[in-house]
Amino acid sequence: MNAPKIPLPELMTSGHLACQGCGATQAMRFALKALGPRTALVLPACCWSVIDGPFPHSSLKVPILHTAFEAAASTASGLKAGLEMRGDTETVVMAWAGDGGTFDIGIQALSGAAERNEDIIYCCYDNEAYMNTGIQRSSSTPIGAWTTTTPGVHWKKRPKKKMIDIMAAHSIPYIATASVAYPNDLIEKFRKAREIKGTRFLHVFAPCPTGWKLAPELSVSMARQAVTSKVFPLVEVTDNGRTWKVWKDFEPTPVKDYCMAQGRFRHLSEDELRLVAEGIEENWQYLLSREAGSAFVPGLQH
Amino acid sequence: MKKVIMGNHAVSYGVRASDVKVISAYPITPQTQVVELLSEMCANGELDAKFIAVESEHSALTACVGASAAGSRTFTATSSQGLLLMHEIIHWAVGARLPIVMSNVNRAVGPPWSIWTDQNDSLSQRDTGWLQIYCESNQEVQDTIVQAFKIAETVMLPVMIVLDAFFLSHTFEIVDILEPEAVRPFLPPYRPARKIDTADPHSFGNLAGPGEYFELRYMIEKAMEDSRAVIERTDREFEERFGRGYGIVKPYRCDDADYVLVTSGTVASTTRAVVDAMRAEGIKIGSLKVRVFRPFPFDEVREVLSKAKKVGVIDRNISFGHHGIFYQEVKSALYGRTNVPVTGFITGLGGRDVTPAVIRGIAEKLIAGTNLEPDINWIGVKI
Repeated sequence: MNAPKIPLPELMTSGHLACQGCGATQAMRFALKALGPRTALVLPACCWSVIDGPFPHSSLKVPILHTAFEAAASTASGLKAGLEMRGDTETVVMAWAGDGGTFDIGIQALSGAAERNEDIIYCCYDNEAYMNTGIQRSSSTPIGAWTTTTPGVHWKKRPKKKMIDIMAAHSIPYIATASVAYPNDLIEKFRKAREIKGTRFLHVFAPCPTGWKLAPELSVSMARQAVTSKVFPLVEVTDNGRTWKVWKDFEPTPVKDYCMAQGRFRHLSEDELRLVAEGIEENWQYLLSREAGSAFVPGLQH
Repeated sequence: MKKVIMGNHAVSYGVRASDVKVISAYPITPQTQVVELLSEMCANGELDAKFIAVESEHSALTACVGASAAGSRTFTATSSQGLLLMHEIIHWAVGARLPIVMSNVNRAVGPPWSIWTDQNDSLSQRDTGWLQIYCESNQEVQDTIVQAFKIAETVMLPVMIVLDAFFLSHTFEIVDILEPEAVRPFLPPYRPARKIDTADPHSFGNLAGPGEYFELRYMIEKAMEDSRAVIERTDREFEERFGRGYGIVKPYRCDDADYVLVTSGTVASTTRAVVDAMRAEGIKIGSLKVRVFRPFPFDEVREVLSKAKKVGVIDRNISFGHHGIFYQEVKSALYGRTNVPVTGFITGLGGRDVTPAVIRGIAEKLIAGTNLEPDINWIGVKI
């Protein structure tokens, strides 16, 4: 899975404004390598609104339309329609939003676009909190995590929202999770998405050393451990939400190791860590049942 | 071709004539027929446009932002709560300098729920940088939509066309329908200088520091000022081609008038009938319809009103804690230039009828000058 097959052309330049070890930056670099120069981006409020660079500069060589926080999917819908109506049917339109802009404030517009099956790619780069505003909890923040709005004993008590399930319930043609620790897999998924018509949802795990209280050089290895500890499984959902594929070809690593490497989880007791790990295993089993087609989902039985 | 159509359909025919390419809208009473007819026109090929049936007004306007940034002519329609939900993107469309045209059917804001007309929805958007044009007939509505695209695409600011709920939206009138072929020489296809284009990539709307933001806002105001001449020229060109012009304001029997009533929307037509009746009795009264509200027609308003002895402003809106909004604007236009006394009248909120009798009552109160509050007089309140 990790033999180097990464395309050489760069559509992202140095001079961007990301923090050291930023997973969102790696995600963008790989995604654009896969999609190529005939891509137009829609960026709602998120870390990438800043990373792009200040006016009149941009760190990307593709056109970007910045938009309001909750408006990534609706702006992208309009951009695609506008391009088509002026005769450009080639350009791939990609909405590129953080987890807050996807799981929380942008979910209505995203649901609308997916239900209409707009011909766009929607990518959520997930750093599991509102990092741009200073590490506040989102509905993507995992159970157990410290953030500035889940401090001390009020660490997050609710599990991360099951975004892939929500998107699969929209019967869209392609859904996948990817990780910056597996660039070949990530690039392959974006390439696949490029060739499909309709709404394609990509969910990319993008560590945030600043918000996770993590040394920047551990960003990629933490993304890898998220996959091997089953915290962030690599999943593909095709056939309009019916067919689920879960990647299992890895040596499992303990959830505890993943958590203890990050300052945001370090307050958890042994018992609490065990509960977190149980939740993760439960989710893994659920995904396997979706893959086996044995989960009961009304309207989706073969 | 002449047709008897409702005001909402006059909007749709204006959009059809303007060769709009992307329409995005969400249903809300009382504008729903605008988008119903437009989706029908898109479905039967009468209009070569993409219709995006979004899940909210917020998305309706953001989809327009996307489509317009791509270089396509775009339109949306809304009313009241829908307009208020769009508010964030109302600002965004201006900052992005996108020539989007929107029709807003003036409907009162809840609670309590009301579907009837008043102007607080559109007037609450007055400081956003949208041009606002208030119409009083279905013909004017259709024609102003076409004019609006030409104005918007010249000054690169969005334009809001405003019409009264029911008194216009659901009232049937004879409209001379504009055909796209006839309009095309007046309104050629939209070809923006800058757009989202992979062959010429730029980042639109990214972070601007205090060193740049200020100038960008100055340029919006400059465009707003420039739009005065553009609105006038566009109306004149339209009149030369189609035989109908509307002006920035519409003075009626004001030349020798001692008293002038300032109005907007459908109240303007009723007021002219009252003016005629009172003139027949020898009372020297006139009326001034404010058609373009943003940019505010300072010069035109001053020119007409400075000759009067007394001015009354009829507002179908209220700025709570201040006065009627047209009243504020008229007063600020006259301040320091003339000493003509101006009195404000609030009436017709939530669709309460503003009948000839109501307007006559206002005129008589103004002329007599008794029991008159200096700034704000509520007409017909039953408390």
